[in-house]
Amino acid sequence: MKPISLSKYWMYKTVEKKATRDGYGEGLLELGKSNPKVVVLTADVGESTRVLPFQKKYPNRFVECGVAEQNMMGVAAGLALTGKIPFVSSYAVFSPGRNWDQLRVSVCYSKANVKIAGAHTGVSVGPDGATHQALEDMAITRAIPGLVVIAPCDAEETRKCTLAAAAHKGPVYFRFGREKTPVITVKQTPFKIGQANLCREGYDVTIIACGPLLHQTLMAAEMLAEQGIEAEVINSHTIKPLDAKTIVQSVKKTHCAVTVEEHQLMGGLFGAVSECLAKRYPVPVEPIGMPNKFGESGAPDELLAKYGMTKENIVKAALKAINRK
Amino acid sequence: MDLAIRQMEETANLIRQDVIKMIAQAGSGHPAGSLGMADVLTALYFGDEANLDPQKKHNPKRDRVVLSNAHICPVLYSALARRGYFPIKELMTLRRLGSRLQGHSNNHFDIGIETSGGPLSQGISQAVGMAIAGRMDKSPFHVWCLMSDGEFDEGQTWEAFMLAGKLKLGGLTALIDRNRIQISGNTEDVMPLEIFKKKLKAFNWKVIEINGHKMPLIIKAMRRAKNQSKPTAIICHTIPGKGVSFMENKYEWHGKAPNPKEAKQALEELSKL
Ligand SMILES: Cc1ncc(C[n+]2csc(CCOP(=O)(O)OP(=O)(O)O)c2C)c(N)n1
Ligand SMILES: [Mg+2]
Repeated sequence: MKPISLSKYWMYKTVEKKATRDGYGEGLLELGKSNPKVVVLTADVGESTRVLPFQKKYPNRFVECGVAEQNMMGVAAGLALTGKIPFVSSYAVFSPGRNWDQLRVSVCYSKANVKIAGAHTGVSVGPDGATHQALEDMAITRAIPGLVVIAPCDAEETRKCTLAAAAHKGPVYFRFGREKTPVITVKQTPFKIGQANLCREGYDVTIIACGPLLHQTLMAAEMLAEQGIEAEVINSHTIKPLDAKTIVQSVKKTHCAVTVEEHQLMGGLFGAVSECLAKRYPVPVEPIGMPNKFGESGAPDELLAKYGMTKENIVKAALKAINRK
Repeated sequence: MDLAIRQMEETANLIRQDVIKMIAQAGSGHPAGSLGMADVLTALYFGDEANLDPQKKHNPKRDRVVLSNAHICPVLYSALARRGYFPIKELMTLRRLGSRLQGHSNNHFDIGIETSGGPLSQGISQAVGMAIAGRMDKSPFHVWCLMSDGEFDEGQTWEAFMLAGKLKLGGLTALIDRNRIQISGNTEDVMPLEIFKKKLKAFNWKVIEINGHKMPLIIKAMRRAKNQSKPTAIICHTIPGKGVSFMENKYEWHGKAPNPKEAKQALEELSKL
């Protein structure tokens, strides 16, 4: 496997910064044009989920549900069972947080082709504080049979993810952040649901990341290289189904791993990777993520530093994993 | 009385007997609501108002039926079987391992069931979604959502009513089982709903109240419901456990199977009706 192409500027300060949710808004606009079955729903958070341009252009394919997430999920199931491809758009703490039962039964058990877009995930949501920072969404979605779970790494990947979700038959949950984060991938970077992307080759440690923290991960790999340690970096944008093949292949070479996610350390990427490796190829795995705590108000960078999700933390975790080999 | 009505009443009675046999055989299930809604389901599947046909169960223009209070699925299964969606003898597999007739209805088996239920009030939201899709496609189908009064304890139900009212979904009708019971007691003791009709009206729904055991009234109400410029709620006043003396109006029979002796007595009473 060859590493994917990345933006020439990803390492520099001049790298373009854009919120992943903006990639969602762009993807929806493309879908509006290309797929008449696509409809969009929101629960009074149209502005912050970036669905208003779609509403403006395709008002007849847009449903404003009011602040009623449980009903919104059910309405989406009904739309899907009648041939539509609905995109349910809200904050992840409420959707799938508040309407998990509706997601489980109305959508997944009923095999309804619904796409759920969870905004404002991770501590980097910042000033709004713990209540609005979704850190459990991957755990609660990953446990539902048949549901695909994706955490795209930047705005470009989120755009592609939106298109891929529409093309995928069956329910898909994908999450994005609030803040502007570096655009690492480019138009030509491949994106396929369930297929992880190799971003950097190495042989000392495998670092598996998802979401915008992929940028910190790549920076950490450069810092490790300065110490003579070559890290392999994998973008596991799809958490379920996990690309076990790519991960195991890499770990067979490196014999240790680090996972990086903006999510609780239980039930997310660390959980998925550990489950996979425990069964297929047990090696030491060190996790980066939220250590069983609620977040709080603050600036995104301050919060990521306080809860141990910086490139320096990733370097430390990599050294620890290597030591445990 | 015209022959068609008489035949439908007889069908409803056969469905009630199926319900007792199925639940007794399974050893668990929900008889009270199932017996109470037998007339409404008969009107739905055997009357002329709803466009439902087992030969055309994939027709995009078919009417949609959603059972939101899916615990009363025995009455739905019986109506479907008797209408020809699947063999009547399969009814006796209710709740058994490998059966298509699960403890709560689902859409996995292509037997004319549109979606899954169990968690109360999920059906009404899906019915709203279906009615919205119908409007988007300018498709002429009508959505009939079967509901129970206990579902109106759930916030989600009112969310769905609010959205349907806002969108003036004339393509949607809720057939509500107003049997005044739920698991733990009478609805007015557990969680009062009255003045129910006024509440529904306030959500911008057309509201029709009927005796849910009078076939001509059910049919007439359905006909009126199809021609509204907003969603219609038909409050069907029913007797839970209808037709079985020791079950009637007793909330204790919400979710309890009759033992063999009780089942025998129930069937005797029903066969004399
Ligand atoms: C969301 C949800 N909460 C609780 C239950 C458990 N439950 C099943 S039926 C029921 C009572 C509902 O009353 P109603 O539907 O009016 O009962 P019926 O008249 O059919 O006896 C309850 C609480 C459920 N199925 N779904
Ligand atoms: Mg009731």
